[in-house]
Amino acid sequence: MRHGKYPFIVGFLAAPVLLYVVFVVSPYIQAFYISLTDWKGISANPQFVGLENYSRLWDDEVFWAAVRHHGVLLLVMPLVTIVIALFFSFLLNLGGGQKGGQMTGVWGSKVYRVIFFLPQVLAVAIVGLLFQTIYRADDTGVINGLLGKIGIDPVGWLIDPDIALLSIIGVMVWQAVGFYVVLFSAGMSTIPKDVFEAAALDGAGRFTLFFRITLPLLWDTMQVAWVYLGIAAFDAFALVQVLSVDRGGPDNSTTVLPLEIWRTAFSFSKFGYASAMGVALFFMTITFAALTLRVTRRERIEF
Amino acid sequence: MVTDQAHRPSSSERPEKRKNPLGIFGAMSHLALVIWAILIIGPILWTFLASFKTNTEIFGDPLALPASFGWDSWGRAWEKAHVGQYMLNTIFVVACSTAATMLLGSMAAYVLARYTFPGNRLIYFLFVSGMTFPVFLALVPLFFVVKNLGLLDTHLGLILVYTAYSLPFTVFFLSAFFKTLPTSVAEAAMMDGCSHTRTFFQIMVPMAKPGLISITIFNILGQWNQYLLPIVLLSGNVEDKWVITQGVANISTSAGYEADWPGMFAALSIAIVPVMIIYIIFQRQIQSGLTSGAVK
Repeated sequence: MRHGKYPFIVGFLAAPVLLYVVFVVSPYIQAFYISLTDWKGISANPQFVGLENYSRLWDDEVFWAAVRHHGVLLLVMPLVTIVIALFFSFLLNLGGGQKGGQMTGVWGSKVYRVIFFLPQVLAVAIVGLLFQTIYRADDTGVINGLLGKIGIDPVGWLIDPDIALLSIIGVMVWQAVGFYVVLFSAGMSTIPKDVFEAAALDGAGRFTLFFRITLPLLWDTMQVAWVYLGIAAFDAFALVQVLSVDRGGPDNSTTVLPLEIWRTAFSFSKFGYASAMGVALFFMTITFAALTLRVTRRERIEF
Repeated sequence: MVTDQAHRPSSSERPEKRKNPLGIFGAMSHLALVIWAILIIGPILWTFLASFKTNTEIFGDPLALPASFGWDSWGRAWEKAHVGQYMLNTIFVVACSTAATMLLGSMAAYVLARYTFPGNRLIYFLFVSGMTFPVFLALVPLFFVVKNLGLLDTHLGLILVYTAYSLPFTVFFLSAFFKTLPTSVAEAAMMDGCSHTRTFFQIMVPMAKPGLISITIFNILGQWNQYLLPIVLLSGNVEDKWVITQGVANISTSAGYEADWPGMFAALSIAIVPVMIIYIIFQRQIQSGLTSGAVK
């Protein structure tokens, strides 16, 4: 191209790149260095201490508790969300059987899709507040009040260390399912209807259609879902911060790394140590994403 | 499918035969769908109703309806608890930062997608790699960058940070979108003496409208729902500048307000209702906007 190409390119890139470098790139790079210092307190003079923060991290019980919770989140949350979302998106798109040679969803599927997706537009912090009263431990809580009516004693959803994390996972699933219903629905709509037609003609029932046709053809979308949900499992900050007892309690039974990073930095002003946790979180996230993409790689089915 | 035609007659016979097996499976699947729908609507509806209850009613039977419907608690939340102020702050911040994100993001994406120059790939990957990094890694240095620029506790600081952190996905998505647009129209415009800048604003932006709308919705919702960045960048000293998520979360945890439960639920409802109304009006665009990132 001719006249003034480079001034134009520079003019268009200058502002976004400057903003991005100042607020995103430079903090990320600085974080690695700060994690090697003993920076404490806003005005203190940080000293380089090598890997000391990391060796302290190694002996930090709360850190390991948080890592374990990410493990639980990573195992339970994506699996439950994907199974529920797959089931519903199958019903909503193909559950109605064939009409005029076309696969249809069950009756009312449009309304269901609108309702299911709703939590996705609400802020996680707001959702956390919503569930504070739902989960309240005595019989004034909504769930416990309902359980009381059928004679079940109140459950300490958030104050019992054994189930607090599961209660929080429940809220994450509650919020996420609708998004994946829509995502899987989009995936299912790209499967050519001839495929279903041919299978149905060969006498395939609903279950065969689901497990032998839909699932394999949806593999790519499921891989995306798994990565997204996995990354969400390394976050959970807003929900745990707002919903859990004592922010990460009771007794650190629900704490997660992002919460510890935030608390270590902005409540205890231990900036070096918080950054070391950030680096650890970064490597966990990257490892997870790389592993998932590697392990789930399959021959792509062309259609 | 070559055999499509041949199969037509038999495929139209299928529906009648399939009517019966629908029975139990159909009933079960409807039951599951209804239960999930109730689980979704229940907590929201309950909160909404609780804002009309009195303190005693809230701690009574969870299934009971409020004795009377009055809007006092909503008024208290809006005025005394400053939810109105938080709402206006959020509208201001999100309007500015989404506008900035879209302008800067589409400019960068366009240049990166349509022009070859040394360093193009480098800048592109710099932007895209931002999507894989957890924001918590940058949290401490980000706080000090904003502090050193004197932007801590200001809306401008929040707007710039929102914009910067929305750029990776915006650039990634829009540059893919600009690549799919035909080159011929832009070339013709350039032939007629249209400048690069004018070609972008008057020809490429209108052509990219569907992509721009999706990503605008994505950014508005993402920035509206931000919680982490405001609580780090807007401290307790500037309560009058807080955004809605931060403000409402604070109401429910601060002891001084504890006595006014209906007011708390009204505040929560005020935070939910506008988003819900906008969602119901634009649900198709919102659903496709939010999931567009995943379906490539």
